[in-house]
Amino acid sequence: MAAPGPIIQVDGVSAYFGEFQALRQVTLTVNAGQRVVVCGPSGSGKSTLIRCIYGLELFQEGSIHVDGDQLARDRKSMRAIRPKIGMVFQQFNLFPHLTVLENLMLGPVRSRRMARDAARELAHSYLRRVRIPEQAEKYPRQLSGGQQQRVAIARSLCMEPKIMLFDEPTSALDPEMINEVLDVMTELAESGMTMIVVTHEMGFARRVADMMIFMDHGEIVESASPERFFSAPESARCQDFLQKILHH
Amino acid sequence: MPRKFSTFRITALAAAAFGLSGCSANWGWYVVNPSTQNGLNNLKFLLGGLQYTILLSLTAITISIAVGLMVALPGLAPGRFLRSLNRGYVELVRAVPILVLILWVYYGLPQLSGLSISVFWAGVIALALSDSAFEAEIFRAGIQSIDKGQYEAAHSISLSYTDTMICVILPQAVRRILPALGNQLVYMLKMSSLVSVIGMQELTRKANELVVTEYRPLEIYTILVLEYLVLILIVSAGVRWLERRLRADERN
Ligand SMILES: Nc1ncnc2c1ncn2[C@@H]1O[C@H](COP(=O)(O)OP(=O)(O)O)[C@@H](O)[C@H]1O
Ligand SMILES: [Mg+2]
Repeated sequence: MAAPGPIIQVDGVSAYFGEFQALRQVTLTVNAGQRVVVCGPSGSGKSTLIRCIYGLELFQEGSIHVDGDQLARDRKSMRAIRPKIGMVFQQFNLFPHLTVLENLMLGPVRSRRMARDAARELAHSYLRRVRIPEQAEKYPRQLSGGQQQRVAIARSLCMEPKIMLFDEPTSALDPEMINEVLDVMTELAESGMTMIVVTHEMGFARRVADMMIFMDHGEIVESASPERFFSAPESARCQDFLQKILHH
Repeated sequence: MPRKFSTFRITALAAAAFGLSGCSANWGWYVVNPSTQNGLNNLKFLLGGLQYTILLSLTAITISIAVGLMVALPGLAPGRFLRSLNRGYVELVRAVPILVLILWVYYGLPQLSGLSISVFWAGVIALALSDSAFEAEIFRAGIQSIDKGQYEAAHSISLSYTDTMICVILPQAVRRILPALGNQLVYMLKMSSLVSVIGMQELTRKANELVVTEYRPLEIYTILVLEYLVLILIVSAGVRWLERRLRADERN
């Protein structure tokens, strides 16, 4: 288990797209080893929040610290922070022209400057962890959605990040494939990885989260332990939202 | 597979019909009849330009692809200054007729630079320069067609800009623009005929010279047409083969 203490600090962050304010004064602290699940209606700013933490989106006010380094738009801070964070996208975003193994080896070889043999070993070990060691030589389009998403998770893990961000990792999957991906994520959570997961899979949230966050209109409306969050949500908006997604 | 053969067969038939029509009264095929000594010599003379046409076109296209890519990249930059450099280059180069560019490079450039320039390199520079504007546009469109998610995934494994381009974006973009690049090569082979005006001994120049001595323009230019036709059919087949191979690569 990683030592406790804040590893991500988001302080009063506001982000705008032109006139439109996508994040309103968001403040969030995540400790090392903590698993945060973020939910909220579509357009509430969930993706924008984790993309800001990841440096994929600009924010105009506030500050973000990752593992002690302040996130800025310059190369130096990017180079310090990027390798600490892994990101898994809704659309997998695998490299279609590379085999599964090559997808996994690219980061270690090109940006971590590992030797090819060592990188291949590493890739195979993470493929075993996401339970698809036999697909190493295939191309992404030959795999099912669930397998592709597991490859994407393994690709991030090959960079050996301290923090993993997931943006609706199962939303693009057929229902029968959701569990194979959630199982891999649950295992990852049990191994002590710091995680922020945007998802509406509330079963998964109950199993792994130690903090639940509800967002609406660019604000964090509610932030609580899973027990409190699911039994007695404070705000009406959150109650309303949970009603909808738990009983459909 | 059967489709490839039928395309080839139709073209071959058309060419044969065209050739056979030469059996009628007005044609004088003796001028390139390989069973006579003179005809054989003439044929060899004509084909002597083939290597220069090929060498000229391949050198020029290689350079123009490299330059085109260099010009395309600033065209994709967020900043207005870099983008306007790209626009400026493309608009300027595209506006000059190839023939004019050839004359300018061969006769004009030496005066400007004080260096004399061989016919071959003048041709290469002019063809490559002129083509690079089109290559730049092709590359820009190809790169822009790649999904934004690919950049974000590259970012997620900490790839530098150069590695992102070389390992992720360009391999995918090149697959998509391969047909367009093939078109440019065909275009280049045809445009290389213009370099004959400054005395490059390529296919067209050879034909022109033979017409002057033999005075049989119909037959000689017909042969010239067939030479380009065969050359370009081979290039097209090559490009299609490459496309199939790259696609098979991704599927299997
Ligand atoms: N690149 C962008 N340009 C303009 N508006 C955007 C952009 N990205 C997101 N938005 C807007 O910001 C809001 C929040 O988006 P997002 O963070 O993707 O929400 P969520 O992930 O919760 O569905 C939405 O209203 C969306 O339309
Ligand atoms: Mg989203």
